Amino acid sequence: MPAYTLTVNGERRTVEAAEDTPLLWVIRDLLNLTGTKYGCGAGLCRACTVHLDGEASFSCQIPIAAVGAKRVTTIEGLSPDRSHPLQQAWIEEDVPQCGYCQPGQIMSAAALLARTPAPSDDQIDDWMKTNLCRCGTYNRIRSAIQRAAAARADAKVGTRSDAHDEEPSHG
Amino acid sequence: MAEPIDHANAAPAPADAQTTRPATAASPDLRRRDFLQISGGVGIGLIVAFALPFAATREAAAGPEAAGDAAAARATGAMPASELNAFLRIEPDGSVVCSIPKSEMGQGVLTSLAMLLAEELEVDWSKIRSEHAIANEARYGRWRTGGSSSVRETHDAYRRAGATARTLLVAAAAERWQVAAETCRADRGTVVHAASGRRLAYAELAERAAKLSPPAEPALKPRSKFSLIGKDLRRLDTPAKVDGSAVFGLDVRVPGMLVAQVERPPDLGGQLASFDAKAALAVPGVVAVFEIPRGVAIVAKHFWAAQSGRKKLAIRWTPGPHGALDNEAIRKLCTAAVEKGAPVRTEGDVARAVASAGPKRTLEAVYDFPFLAHATLEPMNCTAKVDASGCELWVPTQSPTAAADAAAKILGIPADRVRVNTTLLGGGFGRRGDSDFVEDAVHIAKQMKAPVQVVYTREDDMRAGLYRPTGTNLMRGAVDAEGWPVVWEQRIASQSLLREKGWPTKDGIDFAAVEGVKNLPYAIPNVFVSWADVVLPVSIHWWRSVGSSQNGWVTECFFDELCRLGGKDPLAARKHLLKDHPRHVRVLEKAASEAGFGKPLPKGHALGIAVHESFGSIVAETAEVSLDADGTPRVHRVVCVVDCGEVVHPAGVRHQMESGITMGLSAALWGEVAIEKGRIVTTNYDRYPIARIDQTPRIETFIIAEGDAMGGIGEPGTPPIAPAICNALLALTGKPIRRLPIGRVTHMT
Repeated sequence: MPAYTLTVNGERRTVEAAEDTPLLWVIRDLLNLTGTKYGCGAGLCRACTVHLDGEASFSCQIPIAAVGAKRVTTIEGLSPDRSHPLQQAWIEEDVPQCGYCQPGQIMSAAALLARTPAPSDDQIDDWMKTNLCRCGTYNRIRSAIQRAAAARADAKVGTRSDAHDEEPSHG
Repeated sequence: MAEPIDHANAAPAPADAQTTRPATAASPDLRRRDFLQISGGVGIGLIVAFALPFAATREAAAGPEAAGDAAAARATGAMPASELNAFLRIEPDGSVVCSIPKSEMGQGVLTSLAMLLAEELEVDWSKIRSEHAIANEARYGRWRTGGSSSVRETHDAYRRAGATARTLLVAAAAERWQVAAETCRADRGTVVHAASGRRLAYAELAERAAKLSPPAEPALKPRSKFSLIGKDLRRLDTPAKVDGSAVFGLDVRVPGMLVAQVERPPDLGGQLASFDAKAALAVPGVVAVFEIPRGVAIVAKHFWAAQSGRKKLAIRWTPGPHGALDNEAIRKLCTAAVEKGAPVRTEGDVARAVASAGPKRTLEAVYDFPFLAHATLEPMNCTAKVDASGCELWVPTQSPTAAADAAAKILGIPADRVRVNTTLLGGGFGRRGDSDFVEDAVHIAKQMKAPVQVVYTREDDMRAGLYRPTGTNLMRGAVDAEGWPVVWEQRIASQSLLREKGWPTKDGIDFAAVEGVKNLPYAIPNVFVSWADVVLPVSIHWWRSVGSSQNGWVTECFFDELCRLGGKDPLAARKHLLKDHPRHVRVLEKAASEAGFGKPLPKGHALGIAVHESFGSIVAETAEVSLDADGTPRVHRVVCVVDCGEVVHPAGVRHQMESGITMGLSAALWGEVAIEKGRIVTTNYDRYPIARIDQTPRIETFIIAEGDAMGGIGEPGTPPIAPAICNALLALTGKPIRRLPIGRVTHMT
């Protein structure tokens, strides 16, 4: 069984796993970071979204052997204290219902804001359509992304340094 | 061999997070009034309505081990939390923990029920925490989350529990101060004696209060004094749901836990003939392979090992006896039964009215509805540990007491030796009211002598059956010379939920199959409704809004067809024939005005409207729809007006409406479980699409809450959306949609 050293949420972690083990199950079962969810195992629901070097990636479809030196960020690593503007916006807008898909939604949204800091509703829909929510929280997801984008714009104008900008993978 | 699971770093199991006490068995000194009254209810079966839902004696209130806890606290110098009743305990830091015996599956019960407790307790919302109780039938009765019942059936009981706790805290303060209780009052987490200006925090009073005898009838606050009920408070479970710390069933990590999958027969009715596990057992991490009642269990150290081993399993199955069965064959079986039903409702004389109307003013139609999967985003799962002391479950279930019964039956032990830790549910919609996943977990854990988490893969989950029933409707209607509907004949054939669940039917009628039709509200003089059972080898289950999920569609679409036949405007005709149902008219008028009925629409757009009553609430919805060039329907905007009587948490109501609408929209557009050659072939979200963000309309919800009896919320948003969409398409194309899912609409006029 080969050993792999990954950088997950800024920490180097070594695991032994079969080379075809999807990153999702490495994260959940070997590293015990259970915030990243299993929904379909087929790249259809994206509840498993994490960042690889800042890119939104569906971890159920990426074998551990393909991760290499890419930095892995999970929902647990998005912020240490729910202070990411998206997490704050998710709370403000009361987005989650059952909540199961929401870590994946937030990770996808974070990658969107990294490349498109002020997305239109259509841009949000086009980007976020990868992520399924069975409870139908989409209207509030859209509002929360807009709220986070606005909060970021305000923060950038002000003098307060935005802690999350230290981690470029989250934009 | 790999040693993959790092148990040392395992997150605490929910049991640790959720309670500090072991399960309490039924206390022998519980008095009569402690017991819960079980009464027949509407919707999903029996509903628990409790008279006084908390322990009345000191011992029962604090739990039998309280004395031991107190002694331990004295020894260590630590103060224990004080349990004022089965629903409330006060921590030494003044925070209040609500123990909720209802399952949080997204509908917000951990918030709304806590609001009822906190309202009467007189405590700041910021001090409130909320968690699932440990299932305990003696304390809470049967724990069943369904029928859109959680708030409407229990709101007074929760308020009484909060008021009782408040009364005890006031009494404890009065006793301390040696003053009359009437001269003290509760105020935001403290008790105040106004005359002397003295004030004590609940945390300082809780230990004594827990030892006092509760009042028989605590005084409830008048509505005018409400400070929480009716407010848009933020949900208590949100923070944990945005940082990955929320514990769903699949997130449970118990020390030494193994992970199992179950390979089931591919054919409906297929059986295991033989299997060879040699290659599977050679996969690193695979621990055991054996037969259980539902198939072959593969137990491994983690999910991927189980999955990899499963692929190497050599299994021979006997073919099922339904090799020719597919959706078309099922439709034919339903059609064959549809004229043989038992009468459900007979008014006037349908035959004479049809003859009098003549063929030009009569309309016949067949409406078919398919099997639907719940497709919760978290697949079914259960973690079980079986040892000499009994069984412990960590499970996302709507029915923890049924889960305990299922485990107890398999193990041959009393149900009170099964401790059920209810995790958060990654969606429920009825599916998690069954215990199939619990049974699998217990069978496997029993053999393994180690904790086992059974995981249904998405494919397992979708193929596992327990669908919304399928069926057909033979419709006949007629209009009079002025175009008003005068005949409504609906012959239904569908698979009976009540028969499948072994529940009694009344006069041979399955109420779930005819809800929304038996009580069709339109003033039509000649009505005949019948229902026939269709026995099929596909298991079925409660699915959000149950019979109304299809009957709302059939009735509201056929109504528009009759309006078209009679040349009537569908909105005006509804208002005309609902004169005796002012609440229906009120939601219709509000929805129509908000949606802009009668105003110009963008070219290629049309509006549809529908109204349906279910679970005690009346909901009207409109859909603004257009067709893409390839015939794909696009729903742009939905307006929803719900009359649900008194409202505890308005944001929760709006969110449930949006949720029910989105689920109903997915079902209307694409929902169908496909069966081919006696097998379920729908296995994932590719063949069972659910709405994505770009396919979901803007939804605007309006609440009419003017003090009518409280209605349900989880389900009533679902039924009107399919007919609203189909009625918009009828207006757009002139062609009715009589079979779901809609798919692409290719017939333009």
